[in-house]
Amino acid sequence: MKLNPNHRAVLIGAALTLALAACGKKDEAPKTAEPAATPSSTATTPPPGAPSTAAAPSAGSGKISDGAVKIGVLTDLSGLYSDLAGSGAVLATQMAIETFQEQAKPDFKIEMVSSDHQNKGDIAANKARQWFDTEAVDVITELVTTSTALAVMKVAKEKNKITLVSGAASTAITNEECTDTNVHWTYDTYSLANGTGKAVVKQGGDTWYFLTADYKFGQSLEADTTAVVKANGGKVLGSVRHPFPGTDFSSFLLQAQASGAKVIGLANAGTDTTNSIKQAAEFGITPKQTLAGLLMFISDVHALGLKATQGMYLTTGYYWDRDDDTRAWSKRFFDKHKRMPTMVQAGQYSAVMHYLNAVKAAGTDDTAAVMKTMKATPISDFFAKNGKVREDGRMVHDMYLVQVKKPDESKAAWDYYHIRQTIPGEQAFQPLAQSKCPLVKK
Amino acid sequence: MTEIFGVPVQALFGQLLVGLINGSFYAVLSLGLAIIFGLLNIINFAHGALYMMGAFLAWIGLTYFGINYWLALVLAPLVVGIFGMLLERLMLKRLYHLDHLYGLLLTFGLALIIEGLFRYFYGISGQPYTVPEALGGAWNLGFIFLPKYRGWVIASSLVVCLVTWFVIERTKLGAYLRAGTENPKLLQAFGVNVPLLITLTYGYGVALAAFAGVLAAPIFSVNPVMGSNLIIVVFAVVVIGGMGSILGSIVTGLGLGLVEGITRVYYPEASAVVVFVIMAIVLLVRPAGLFGREK
Repeated sequence: MKLNPNHRAVLIGAALTLALAACGKKDEAPKTAEPAATPSSTATTPPPGAPSTAAAPSAGSGKISDGAVKIGVLTDLSGLYSDLAGSGAVLATQMAIETFQEQAKPDFKIEMVSSDHQNKGDIAANKARQWFDTEAVDVITELVTTSTALAVMKVAKEKNKITLVSGAASTAITNEECTDTNVHWTYDTYSLANGTGKAVVKQGGDTWYFLTADYKFGQSLEADTTAVVKANGGKVLGSVRHPFPGTDFSSFLLQAQASGAKVIGLANAGTDTTNSIKQAAEFGITPKQTLAGLLMFISDVHALGLKATQGMYLTTGYYWDRDDDTRAWSKRFFDKHKRMPTMVQAGQYSAVMHYLNAVKAAGTDDTAAVMKTMKATPISDFFAKNGKVREDGRMVHDMYLVQVKKPDESKAAWDYYHIRQTIPGEQAFQPLAQSKCPLVKK
Repeated sequence: MTEIFGVPVQALFGQLLVGLINGSFYAVLSLGLAIIFGLLNIINFAHGALYMMGAFLAWIGLTYFGINYWLALVLAPLVVGIFGMLLERLMLKRLYHLDHLYGLLLTFGLALIIEGLFRYFYGISGQPYTVPEALGGAWNLGFIFLPKYRGWVIASSLVVCLVTWFVIERTKLGAYLRAGTENPKLLQAFGVNVPLLITLTYGYGVALAAFAGVLAAPIFSVNPVMGSNLIIVVFAVVVIGGMGSILGSIVTGLGLGLVEGITRVYYPEASAVVVFVIMAIVLLVRPAGLFGREK
């Protein structure tokens, strides 16, 4: 058959279509991933052909392995969490490296690689192995979604390398699943539930009804918050579990409305949360009843607009407009990214900076030495005041209870929060006494 | 207050009304799919992406060009319709002589590309779109606080569905269309330009998707995956109603919205599955669907 130009165009089009579809296909899965999923059991199985011996680093004093410190940023670059972590987290890492090079003038080279883990534990674990085994990566960072964080933490422990977790939320990271080569930097579900739950009850919101995503993450968030509400003298009137992911929440919201609870706790995340909030405003549920977002980021508020979110309480580890330091750093970030940083992105910068400082101070990138220095050095930067890395790997720092501004109170783009309360680190995070981490000596 | 199985009657009515609103979306979307399948024999997997495109065009129009909601309600379907006709002429047309599966694969690929492009440019968290002023606020119906906008969704989608049904079942143009579904070769022999008819039909089908997208913009978050979240249910609706049946898709769409609404009251955990359970039962009992004819 002779190809006329017409046919050729179609063939090229079809080839392009297939190629692009193949690229796009990987994006499907993140919809079902969630911040606190259980790790897949295959995650720790090494792929066929992978070297089975753990790369034991030569415990060198004053030595940098392979001549350079190599940082791997493993994050969601295409899916559900790509706005709150994603390319912004890669940028934050780059900024941290550049700033460190300018200010500390280190005598070692620093390199960065990044990759999309697609919110899947097995992909993340395989990438981590590849980086550690063949590309001399010393530390893997970011790791939004608990499933990827837990999977990579295991690989890193096996290879005696460091992980710095910023975006993942589950408290399991520093409890049952804790490792001595990991630091959990930015926030966790305990600190969010605790901060928001306590504050809202204290403000008079003493009766609660939960709108819960019907899977493990939503249920544990509901359970955590229920405990906090009850401990502070509040009452939980009931809950409704919605399928995940959902689009229409009006029916569940009407049930929450009928319960007469003062506060509706949203134990869900991502577009489930934003859709719930949008529809609550539409049905006149807010402002008569208050919504409490239990896992919300500034990117969610930005997506919804202030009209739908005004008056909401939420807990965050970072807000750009808190003081001069945060404003200065956030402006640098905004100039490059055109969006203000989320707490995950700001925390990412802070974590990488702390790591690089520790390498310099220790004079080596040896895992044990760097971990020891990181835990021994307090953190005081634009992100965290009075920060400290605990023995379970939890970076404890002040959290902030914020309330979303009314549209007429917001003077500029991204001027979204009133900081209502600073929650000191010791109160914000789970006390060591309750820890289930074997590293914690009791 | 009277109760039905422990739920106050008033609350139940409220939930039914909410179900009807969702049913309206199902109806408009499945109608478009049904028309396309009827005439083109293409399972249009890109329907969800085109629905999302409609919503995004409304947002883009408002944000960058100051085009208001009412204008967007006309313009977005028009633009998406033209886009659809281009797709049909340039790509789908080549697949008519092949198995259904090829059309499905092509449209699935297209859906991924369109979603990927929007994700690349606009991120994943979505964009805000406010309810137009004239439809702000709500009516207090006693048993439910009905946002005016939701009322408008039900009314306008019913009108669109009925007009479409009327055109297809009661006019000359519709007669051509139905004839084309039955026997395109014979129709062509009578001097009707069948390829043009097919292109226009596809354009109209996807314009309906875009129309639903604009309707959805003020209610749901305008984000690149909004279509793929909905499209699976809509496919189930089409299968239950009977592939290609116009009236079937309208009635089934609304009906399943109601069933979902009731499930959400009595056993919310099952509300995402109930449509598929019904689909399984219908396929067992009436494989051609409730309103479909065995071929």
